[in-house]
Amino acid sequence: MDDLRTVSKDVDANNTKISAKNVQVYYGDTHAIKDVNVEIKERTVTAFIGPSGCGKSTFLRSINRMNDTIDICRVEGDILIDGKDIYDRDIDPVQLRARVGMVFQKPNPFPKSIYDNIAYGPKIHGLAKSKADMDEIVEKSLRRGAIWNEVKDRLHAPGTGLSGGQQQRLCIARAIATEPEVLLMDEPCSALDPIATSQVEELIDQLRENYTVVIVTHSMQQAARVSQKTAFFHLGNLVEYGSTDDIFTNPKDPRTESYISGRIG
Amino acid sequence: MTDISSGSLLLTTTDKVRASLAKRHRKQRILQGFGIAAISIAFLMLFILLWSQIATGYKAFMQTNITLDIYVDPAEINVDRLPRGDFDDVLTAALLEKLPNVDATDRAAVREASGIFSNGAQFDLRDRIVEDPSLIGQTINMRMPVSDPYDQLYKELLDRETPEELRRLNDLQIANYDQLLDAGAITSKLNTGLITNADSRFPELAGLKGALLGSFWALLVCFLIAFPLGIGAAVYLEEFAPKNKISDFIEVNINNLAAVPSVVFGLLALSVFIGLFGLPRSVPFVGGLTLALMTMPTIIIATRAALKAVPPSIREAALGVGASKQQVVFGHVVPLAMPGILTGTIIGLAQALGETAPLLLIGMNAFITSAPGSPFDSATALPTQIFIWADSPERGFVSRTSAAILVLLTFLIMMNAIAIYLRSKFERKW
Repeated sequence: MDDLRTVSKDVDANNTKISAKNVQVYYGDTHAIKDVNVEIKERTVTAFIGPSGCGKSTFLRSINRMNDTIDICRVEGDILIDGKDIYDRDIDPVQLRARVGMVFQKPNPFPKSIYDNIAYGPKIHGLAKSKADMDEIVEKSLRRGAIWNEVKDRLHAPGTGLSGGQQQRLCIARAIATEPEVLLMDEPCSALDPIATSQVEELIDQLRENYTVVIVTHSMQQAARVSQKTAFFHLGNLVEYGSTDDIFTNPKDPRTESYISGRIG
Repeated sequence: MTDISSGSLLLTTTDKVRASLAKRHRKQRILQGFGIAAISIAFLMLFILLWSQIATGYKAFMQTNITLDIYVDPAEINVDRLPRGDFDDVLTAALLEKLPNVDATDRAAVREASGIFSNGAQFDLRDRIVEDPSLIGQTINMRMPVSDPYDQLYKELLDRETPEELRRLNDLQIANYDQLLDAGAITSKLNTGLITNADSRFPELAGLKGALLGSFWALLVCFLIAFPLGIGAAVYLEEFAPKNKISDFIEVNINNLAAVPSVVFGLLALSVFIGLFGLPRSVPFVGGLTLALMTMPTIIIATRAALKAVPPSIREAALGVGASKQQVVFGHVVPLAMPGILTGTIIGLAQALGETAPLLLIGMNAFITSAPGSPFDSATALPTQIFIWADSPERGFVSRTSAAILVLLTFLIMMNAIAIYLRSKFERKW
């Protein structure tokens, strides 16, 4: 924990990357996210914790407008990335998602080769000028995804043939292949065994150097291990947000304390 | 739960469960019994169908032929008068040579004897001589199909014990036949004419070429229209259309369309394609259009089911790296759904191949003796050909009808086998 404290001090010096102002999300008549205000720091791992159905995933999916694909979902309020509202009319969600990558709960590689999985994003966005460029992007992404050594000899084998933990790191590598600024992770370890989980957690810690990472997690231990900032959601409200250290050792809100100590959730 | 004996309350629960267990097991056995019975009955039906068709149809796959040395007499056939000439006289002369008992001056006896020739025999001979006039004056060896009653006699479908006046062949004709058989002039060979000949009034000459090509052209037209339209409609409805009352209404109607009786489509085609647009009757093009109307709902429903079956995680993955909706659909969802789409399409086409009623209404049951060279030539289709043959009085058409049914079933089985192969080959684990 001493370690974490030093990290959180660093983080407070960082700039704000994502800023949410009075965000409301509705699913039809259900008010899923109520008046959330949060400032997410650059090059930081921010964890969203809270009991099931508290809205943490919904809020995460608002940050790259994945909720747009759900007809009945409506988002109000402002979410700003680098001071620019991503729900502005002139923002194309396709372009936004190239800047804000996402990793999902269940590893979901395309049923294509490992190479093609990584190359897909850069290809559709026209990021590689030549085959050599693409090879370089693929290698760099796989290295950053901490999976290069395991797959470098079988880049053209199907991505679906990898183990669960490898698939998830492949998906992380795929997400960072488009050079995003923000990486959203929706319970990325919930389908993985403990060894794969620790590998992915280690990777998340490395990613902090280059990316702003927002991770939704069910596991408080995981939040404590990987994040510098933690936000606790409960029934659609953002109850408490602060340095991970403070949230876990010195929660201000009684609901946070109940959740941390295992009395609710 | 092995140390359950520790509490008396638990024991009674166990006993109760055990008591009900026998009843539950019995119910399960009864259910399984019903299942096995149902499958057995279904198989019995299938067996009866196949057996009845094979039992009557297999004989049509062989054809009885007569082989004769024919002297092409220049007195009867003049090179200058070709293609006219007394070809039937030449054939009769060759036949009488084999039948010394028949008095060549007895016109009635000669006529009865020459009844063994199929009506097509003299035309076959004519075609051969027109092609090569140098054959005039020579003796050629020629194998020709025998006429239907003799074919039946060879296949033992004509009973020699029947009283003469009720038989299609009299005693003298049978005696002639036996003499020819002893001389080795009568042989039976694989009936390639069944596939290579077009339709004919004479069973021994009738074949399925016209019907096969008619079905081929009709299915091709049907596929070219129904496949792109069906996929287009399904992709739009499933992936792009807003979910509202209008799309619900369209969906309900497409499902209804799949259940509309085929004869209705035939009437529609008759009044619209033929009546309004003035397209010709009896042509595979119109047949294909009609079948496309019927196949499209099947393809739309199968395609939508296949698109729905693509897991949402794949769509999310593609959206997550910044693919546009169109890239997600055509880059990921449709390719992954393709095995299901193809399976549905092939099953729809197999249905179309067996469809009879709409083709009857647009006149594809006409009597047409030449095979179509394009979708705009008059033709029959396999099921309508079966319909025509089943309606024909000649005995020879009975087995040919069954043979045609077997050919149709073979094609249907092949198409379904392809569908199963595609499904298993491209099946993916997510």
